[in-house]
Amino acid sequence: MATVTTDASQQEPELKIVEDATCTFCGCVCDDIELTVKGHEITQAKRACVLGKAWFLNHSVDDRPSCLIKGQPASVEEGIERAAQILTQSRYPLMYGLSDTTTESQRVAVSIADWVGANVDTTTSVCHGPSGMAFQGVGEVTCSLGEVRNRGDLIIFWGANPAESHPRHFTRYSLMPKGMFVPNGRKDRTCVVIDVRKTKSANTADIFIQLKPRSDFEALWTLRALCAGVELEAEQVLADTGVELAVWQDLMDRMKGSRFGVFFFGMGLTMTRGKHTNTEALLALTRDMNQHTRFVCKPNRGHGNVTGADNVVAWRTGYPFGVNLTRGYPRFNPGEYTASDVLARGEADAAIIIASDPMANFSERAREHLKSIPYIAFDPKETPTTRNAEVAFTVATYGINVPGTVYRMDDIPIPLRPAFDCHHPSDLEILQAIEARVQEIRVQGFQSTEENTSLRPARELPDGSIAE
Amino acid sequence: MTTSYLKLAGGYVYDPLNGVDGQVQDIWILDGKIVAPPGPGVRAGRVIDMAGYVVMPGGVDMHCHIAGPKVNMARKMRPEDKRQSTFVERTLNTHSGTMGSVPSTYAIGYKYIGLGYTTAFDAAVPPLSARHAHEELEDTPCIDKGFFVLTGNNHFVMKSLADEEPGKLKGFLPWLLGAAKGYAPKLVNPGGVEVWKHHPRGNVDTIDQTVDYYDVTPRQIISGLTRTANEIGLPHPVHIHCNNLGMPGNYTTTLNTMDALEGHNGHITHIQFHSYGGGEGEEETFCSRTQVLADYVNSHSNVTVDVGNIMFGETTSMTGDGPLGYYLHNVYGTKWFSADTELESGCGIAPIKYRNESLVHGLQWAIGLEWYLLIHDPWRVVMSTDSPNGASFLAYPQIIRLLMDRTYRNEILKTVHPEVVNRCILADLKREYTLNEICIITRAGPAKILGLKNKGHLGPGADADITVYLPHENKQIMFELPKYVFKSGVLVVEDCEIREPLQGKTYHVDPDYDLEIEKDISDWFEKYYSVRFSNYPIQDGYLHEAEVVECETKDD
Repeated sequence: MATVTTDASQQEPELKIVEDATCTFCGCVCDDIELTVKGHEITQAKRACVLGKAWFLNHSVDDRPSCLIKGQPASVEEGIERAAQILTQSRYPLMYGLSDTTTESQRVAVSIADWVGANVDTTTSVCHGPSGMAFQGVGEVTCSLGEVRNRGDLIIFWGANPAESHPRHFTRYSLMPKGMFVPNGRKDRTCVVIDVRKTKSANTADIFIQLKPRSDFEALWTLRALCAGVELEAEQVLADTGVELAVWQDLMDRMKGSRFGVFFFGMGLTMTRGKHTNTEALLALTRDMNQHTRFVCKPNRGHGNVTGADNVVAWRTGYPFGVNLTRGYPRFNPGEYTASDVLARGEADAAIIIASDPMANFSERAREHLKSIPYIAFDPKETPTTRNAEVAFTVATYGINVPGTVYRMDDIPIPLRPAFDCHHPSDLEILQAIEARVQEIRVQGFQSTEENTSLRPARELPDGSIAE
Repeated sequence: MTTSYLKLAGGYVYDPLNGVDGQVQDIWILDGKIVAPPGPGVRAGRVIDMAGYVVMPGGVDMHCHIAGPKVNMARKMRPEDKRQSTFVERTLNTHSGTMGSVPSTYAIGYKYIGLGYTTAFDAAVPPLSARHAHEELEDTPCIDKGFFVLTGNNHFVMKSLADEEPGKLKGFLPWLLGAAKGYAPKLVNPGGVEVWKHHPRGNVDTIDQTVDYYDVTPRQIISGLTRTANEIGLPHPVHIHCNNLGMPGNYTTTLNTMDALEGHNGHITHIQFHSYGGGEGEEETFCSRTQVLADYVNSHSNVTVDVGNIMFGETTSMTGDGPLGYYLHNVYGTKWFSADTELESGCGIAPIKYRNESLVHGLQWAIGLEWYLLIHDPWRVVMSTDSPNGASFLAYPQIIRLLMDRTYRNEILKTVHPEVVNRCILADLKREYTLNEICIITRAGPAKILGLKNKGHLGPGADADITVYLPHENKQIMFELPKYVFKSGVLVVEDCEIREPLQGKTYHVDPDYDLEIEKDISDWFEKYYSVRFSNYPIQDGYLHEAEVVECETKDD
């Protein structure tokens, strides 16, 4: 760990510097932050953006019990026992969240989901889930962020506003850096912002194209047509997209003229009318562009480790989100097995919510149902979700108190360098204990049931017969 | 770990490295290792009767795609592939999973061990994503594993070669392998992927073309990395996916690549895909050139190969060869994933269906088999399907049957496109593999080529990774469902059921290098990488069970 301790007087808390610390606030996952730490306080976060500074400098360890059962202080051990009981007694447990914690914790969480036959879903289903589905339709042409930094000469933001959501996106990856093949940095790049309103990001753009709201799909297909050399009617294009055909033609000329073009897209594309068909259109356009030049695209992912959650759920189950394990093996169906839908239909009879706050942002019907079932919540802070939980764990914060791994929005895994310890346990420790207890209960259940066949697979012999 | 002797008594033992060819012998095991028989008077704590069974070392898959970013992208991209497939149900002590051409991590571990394979290496990991591969491998139980590190389009490598600074390369390569905790350098379409990053549909046609920006040719990359890797004394010096994979007429590129090894040891992988004659893009002239390449391999002891069979059916093509992914997508009109990794590599993924009615696919199938049958020394040809590219690793038993049973082979040959027999010599090849030879190409050989001294044999000191088969006339049935599989002396599989899902360890190298080079690399990172130099190397904490395989530097 690259920590340097400077001498301090005996009364003063120890002062230390953490170099190359990683900020987990957004999907940029900047790993070049220099933290000055005084005891249990971060006093400086060099190179962090305004969001990162707020993340590090305002961090305080909540002065709450590490565990509450039905709102009453309890020991962590009691909480673990209660959690294991809830999960093993449930017939249809739901696991949700996962995107604001380490992959180490995500892996244990998905293990638990498997052992108890849960429905597991992540916050991807309410942000870039449609991008994941579009990807399954047409694929994706993409790259790591360093490729954009070294090569990107035409950068297009579509329905994304990194100036406010990912403040260091421009300076670290997409616009300002001097790269291998763009040695003059910003001067060698053209920036285009396409959005329904003039966002803060539009101020940085060389070209801003203001779309008619809810016309992303039409606009993207206009570009696909122009890419393929299809003649379009100017009036129709203007009516469909709110933008002159000449503007789209100019953009397409620039796209074909670029050496390495990049689309960054945000929830302005994925969560507006058309949803996954919008993303599919953008992915297909990017693919088409590779007949003419090199072109890539990338969703601007939000949560610090939502990309890790996609990866872990995918390598454990084969599917990226919205996975149902109740039959004893993974099944995938967004809309059916996505958490907000499961809850809104009143289906789950218990839940485990990790590093997420559905009580603050799900639909009323989903919230009402969640409130009516016993659930376990993990969060460093008190939230509407922890307030209504049967078991609420206050946990240490990843990246500040807890080490581990986080996947940047471009799937690059980056290690965390925590600043200081915290008296709350990590979610990893608690999840591991819950997993161990769940397995104990399963084994006991197995041993006490003589005729138990549900836990034991049929054995197929070489001759095709089935043994007990 | 066993605390007292375990004896596998009286099986037909196949241990080609130690010259045992089906003789009835006992195998003694203590603490996860095979030991010499302890002598009269010593009784084993447990004896398992192997009478009538065939006992072999555990299988070793030296080239497959089982972990890391591209494998996981393929999982995410293809729900339809799993929906139509079987699945793995959770039990009391094993996890559930999905199958299809790219199974989930736990399923991969269970299926490999269930097949009697106890070691597998992922063939292509970008070092920037090494952490991801390690995380997945930790979730891949039951087998020992490791991965090869993509180096053939690495900018630092190309720059060192262009600047004619072999010293820098000799510092960088071991640093990179150590930082990634990888096992061997992998070259994928050396130089060609960089050209792809510069031009639409870009690629190189020959190994003597100049790569954009760096004044360097694929030949220089191949020779330079091969020489350096051999100087460092890596257990498996270089693993090469040649340029122009899949292209008609590419056998000349393959010959040139083998020549570019300049007599140093090197391994050419999935050579089936690199053995084609014919004119550019022409199905009319597409044909097998296995014989001429096999002649070269037979007469040059520095070269080893694995085959990369294709088998008919649907699978997923995944490769570090970015332009190849684009090519396949255009040929088959399928969905396509491509990802370029800064300064290091590319990646292409596309679904693919091999059809026996297709002349091209039929020839590819035949060429794969020709390779096994034309290489005289089985120690230098390894069974692989480049899983899942040619087919899943689960196809190995069927390939064994094709090699051991000429009648069956000829029957299948009759079902492929009728023109295939005229474009290759498979129909004329009468050779049938023996069990001993199968044992070589599936475990003893790959272990030796990988430099794994404790794998692939049953002599004292070997890891007690042992597979036990019930002999059967149909060799596919025999090899599909082993009776027992032992891993590190523990009975992991019995009668197709997992008894004890062990973790398995990760193999990697940790070669020495001149520390001076770190300053250069650190400056390089500062300028061009999007992650910090200090956050790049894999910390020890990522390896839970691991073993370093030592390098053996030559005295000179």
